[in-house]
Amino acid sequence: MTRLSYTKALNRALADELAADPAVCVFGEDIGAGLAGPTLGLLDRFGPGRVVDTPLSEQAFTAMAVGAALAGRRPVLEFQIPSLLFLVFEQLANQAHKFSLMTGGQASVPLTCLVPGSGSRDGWAGQHSDHPYSLFAHAGMKTVVPATPTDAYGLLRSAIRDPDPVVVFAPAAALPVRETVTWELAPVPLGRARIHRPGTDVTVVALGHLVHDALAVAEEVAPDISVEVFDPRTVHPFDWDALAASLERTGRLVVIDDSNRSCGFGAEVLATAAEELRLIAPPRRITRPDGAVLPFAPALDRAVQPSREQLRHALHAVMKHP
Amino acid sequence: MTAPPKAAAGPGTPAESRTPAAPGTPAPLDTPAERYRMLRLIRGFEELALGLVKSGAIPGGIHPYIGQEAVAVGVCSALLPADRLTSTHRGHGHVLARGTAPHRLLAELLGRVGGSNGGRGGSMHAADLSLGILGANGIVGAGAPIAVGAAWAAQRAAAGQEPPARTPVAVAFFGDGALNQGVLLESLNLAAMWRLPVLFVCEDNGYATTLPAATAVAGSATGRAAAFGIPAEEVDGMDTEAVRAAALRAVERARGGGGPGFLVCRTYRYEGHHTMERRMKLRYRTPEEVEAWRERDPLPRAAALLDPAVTAGQDRSVAEQLAAAEEFALASEHPDPAGALDHLYADGLRPRAGVTP
Repeated sequence: MTRLSYTKALNRALADELAADPAVCVFGEDIGAGLAGPTLGLLDRFGPGRVVDTPLSEQAFTAMAVGAALAGRRPVLEFQIPSLLFLVFEQLANQAHKFSLMTGGQASVPLTCLVPGSGSRDGWAGQHSDHPYSLFAHAGMKTVVPATPTDAYGLLRSAIRDPDPVVVFAPAAALPVRETVTWELAPVPLGRARIHRPGTDVTVVALGHLVHDALAVAEEVAPDISVEVFDPRTVHPFDWDALAASLERTGRLVVIDDSNRSCGFGAEVLATAAEELRLIAPPRRITRPDGAVLPFAPALDRAVQPSREQLRHALHAVMKHP
Repeated sequence: MTAPPKAAAGPGTPAESRTPAAPGTPAPLDTPAERYRMLRLIRGFEELALGLVKSGAIPGGIHPYIGQEAVAVGVCSALLPADRLTSTHRGHGHVLARGTAPHRLLAELLGRVGGSNGGRGGSMHAADLSLGILGANGIVGAGAPIAVGAAWAAQRAAAGQEPPARTPVAVAFFGDGALNQGVLLESLNLAAMWRLPVLFVCEDNGYATTLPAATAVAGSATGRAAAFGIPAEEVDGMDTEAVRAAALRAVERARGGGGPGFLVCRTYRYEGHHTMERRMKLRYRTPEEVEAWRERDPLPRAAALLDPAVTAGQDRSVAEQLAAAEEFALASEHPDPAGALDHLYADGLRPRAGVTP
């Protein structure tokens, strides 16, 4: 039996993949020292030929990973700050993601981006607090947001083994989560949802750290409302079959999503549910506001993130129907 | 020379032979006669393509390489089968000089099933992984760090081998316009810091689209390389043999662990930036300037090294090859729209359709 932290789970996944496959290598800033956590100890164990501390040249080392992948490697890139993904959107969305189709299937780019500490980190302000998983899903990149340490371990391993580029967001607010593990850690397939708590009245779709908020609220309202907590784990490809099955049971839907509202992941879930799935009540979504920039002051930062209070309110609202 | 197959075959790359692809056979460029033939092939290919743009058979147009042939041929003649390259939006010359059969490249320009990319990439994304061609690229400068990454992988693969292995190199072709892309400067730094086997080849044709290099590049191309401690050489980009000699020097040094090299090839494109320019009356260079550069055309210069009977034979053989390539490309099937998003994901994942079933 072990107490596994989220960061340690990422660290073990990286170490296990580096040990299992000599093609795996890691690029990033301060990864030799292990500043962000997931790469701690990897340089000593695997050496500078596989764990490569890079200068502050995100665009070049991201495109380098594309070139290394085309030459047969499986690079993992660590980005300490989620907003750095905006800087390398060209290299990821416009290069890595497009190679397979544009080459007519001659090439694939099996690289993995790991963002340990995505979303708000309390007090890191506008340029360190983004959570752009919807953006990557929109561009068509495989996008993963694990909620728990064992999912973080299993999804990161699957991401590294995947033949396509994958972005793994490890939400800052989920990093303190610890889990008692009594079983052998194993890869978790991409694209499969997980139901953390079964229920019969409302399906709450929650992702990353918000899964834990959803579970807490579900417990609170349990005497009145039976909530199913549905964690897609992978934003793209989304497990629509599992959501369809959940809504067959509940018919009511609330999505809690740390994206900006317009064109966000929550909008897509609601739109698909409205078009294709069983709903007996108008669905609700809780998101960041349209076009939000997270302000610095703690109360302002919290004011633009989805909250438990908003979730409680949404649950009661959907229960008014029919 | 290989004759094109008669049937309009698919790209012929089974899923299991994904990156890194099995080595193909690079174009033979060891003798002046072979190099002359390749210059003629590229020139003739581009002239054929211009006609097919005009007739509407090639959608979207092309960025013609006419005038710059000596750079592609000179550099590719210095390469070995395990070497790799990244190319640019003006990439037909690099792709042909490395050895992609003209009928497959032409079919790609036409968006046909028989194209090098199965009609999925077109002129700006032609790739042939079996020859280490990691793609032409639609974004200026984007290929340079990709070449650096391929060189890093080659260096790691060669590390620790006994006896010490001669490392395969990666060539990054780019134009003078890319000198002002930040990612290129980042790439120079990484390649120099890690002594990677990269050859940066700047094809300075004098214009970033319409912007004269003289009004866009502070300092100089060689000065930028020198600032990173990368040996740089300026060479007459209209002289195939001079380009080849400089490329051989840089590639030899890189293979032996001497780190990256940088060539500035002063060259010229006789056509516009893009075929779309033919419909417009742009005045960013004078007819006199174009004519002056025609005096330095790389083809007559290469032909002068050979017996006229040899060049006449090469010209005939190229004409036959291109006629067959045209026949192949025009006969190749159009792709089935039902498969428009084939290959979007390497694991075969099918994206949702754009409408509710």
